[in-house]
Amino acid sequence: MNKVKWKNICEDKDKRPEVQEYKNWQELPPIPISLPIKGSIGTTGDWRTFKPVVDRETCTKCGICWMYCPEGTILRNEQGEFEVDYIYCKGCGICAKECPTKSIEMIRESEV
Amino acid sequence: MVEAQQDIIQKKETKIIKGNIAAAYAAKSARVQVISAYPITPQTTVVEKLSEFADKGEMPGTQYLKMESEHSVMASIIGASTAGTRTFTATSGQGLFYMYEMVHWAAGARLPIVTTISSRGPAPPWNIWADFTDVISCRDTGWMISFASGHQEIYDDILMSYKICEDHDILLPKFVAYGGFTLSHTSKPVIIEEQEDVDEFLPPLPDEKGWPHIFLDPERPMMHGNLIMPSGFYNEFRLKIHFTHTLAKQKIKDVSTEFEKKFGRSYGNGLVEEYKMEDAEIAVLNYGELAMQMEDAVDDLRNEGYKVGCVKLRYFRPFPTEEIRQIAKKVKVLGVADRATAFGSPTGGPVSSEVLAALYGSGTSTIILPIVMGLGGREVGLEQQKNQLKVLNHLNETGEFPKDMIEGTFWDGLLEVD
Repeated sequence: MNKVKWKNICEDKDKRPEVQEYKNWQELPPIPISLPIKGSIGTTGDWRTFKPVVDRETCTKCGICWMYCPEGTILRNEQGEFEVDYIYCKGCGICAKECPTKSIEMIRESEV
Repeated sequence: MVEAQQDIIQKKETKIIKGNIAAAYAAKSARVQVISAYPITPQTTVVEKLSEFADKGEMPGTQYLKMESEHSVMASIIGASTAGTRTFTATSGQGLFYMYEMVHWAAGARLPIVTTISSRGPAPPWNIWADFTDVISCRDTGWMISFASGHQEIYDDILMSYKICEDHDILLPKFVAYGGFTLSHTSKPVIIEEQEDVDEFLPPLPDEKGWPHIFLDPERPMMHGNLIMPSGFYNEFRLKIHFTHTLAKQKIKDVSTEFEKKFGRSYGNGLVEEYKMEDAEIAVLNYGELAMQMEDAVDDLRNEGYKVGCVKLRYFRPFPTEEIRQIAKKVKVLGVADRATAFGSPTGGPVSSEVLAALYGSGTSTIILPIVMGLGGREVGLEQQKNQLKVLNHLNETGEFPKDMIEGTFWDGLLEVD
């Protein structure tokens, strides 16, 4: 019986590929794994129904939205302002719920 | 009896212990690092003994976790094994059923967990006695499943299990099942091997890097247990588990040979063990403790002039298809005796259904007689097993099946009151 040599992509931290590629089942590791790279499950922004929009005038740059975002899609720019990465934001609305100054509004995508 | 003779040959010290205690000693000998426990009859004394070992400091480096349910036991063992440790637990019947969701998870995550099942009949009617329906209900989980038919075999099979499961080509969990009370609470001499011999036999304990495919290491983060979309590799990951079972058959045979070389005890080729099958015309296949008693029945009938033999099925998963085909070819009539049920299956007995499936396309004309008996700990005595062989002999000589067959299956020993 031929032994199956699977591609070990996770063992060495420095040799991890950006994208996992397998030709067939023999090459697959014993279990499916995701490595911590940006957007490992695709452009999840497609899933969004409501879009968080930040009101710059009332935002105090406190960073609570940035802390609470479960997907790491709120980014801090060089001016210290917080921006939403709409390619990956799923529109869960936690940021809007947590914002102490109500500076984030969830707007239906069809109405944007 | 077999063990006693071997003791003399090996001149090794034996302990007279219960089957459950033999299981606990095996976990100790294997230096398991995490034990997770929840009591359930008839398994309880396995984890009680291990608790005693841990309390006395006889298992340094072992974490003993007391959980609130069997579901949590398997969940915690999955966590511990994922972190890269050798793990052990034990359960029975209803406890296994409660654990069931996590049982699938352990196999899907390819964790080399070893668990003993002191088998008992499923309820209702409430039952705590020998019946392998509990472990056989895990048939399709991806776990390997073996049966021990004697006290020494419980100890030996657990040691072999770690070597099989932790092999990097295998990486699957395994159940070692034996009959509740018939083995769990009866005592026989058992050789407990020297620690350094067991250490030499088993692979080294996993180091801080853990298993090759799964680990919990902040320096090498990864996510596992992921969602796979229907268009993804789900089919292929399931195939990998099945294919690994086919690889495991050779691994089981290899480890069985290595075990014999190291400790001088063997159990057939690892997958099946044949007894007086060389010139047998009729034979019966059993598993668990009744397979051992059947050897005595065969001896008695041989003395009466019958050409009979018997086969002990050691592994249910992976199923030894090729061995079963070879065995069926040797004899004219083969009985397959189940101490378990598979309701609504072709025969009502899980192993007899599997044997029939395995023989499809093999060209054999051997008559198979499915037998179901001994459910829920109902005693199957030597005389009953001798009678089974005589029934098979009668079938061979006359072509007559026993009376009162139910859809092609002989339910032996049903109570009838005048």
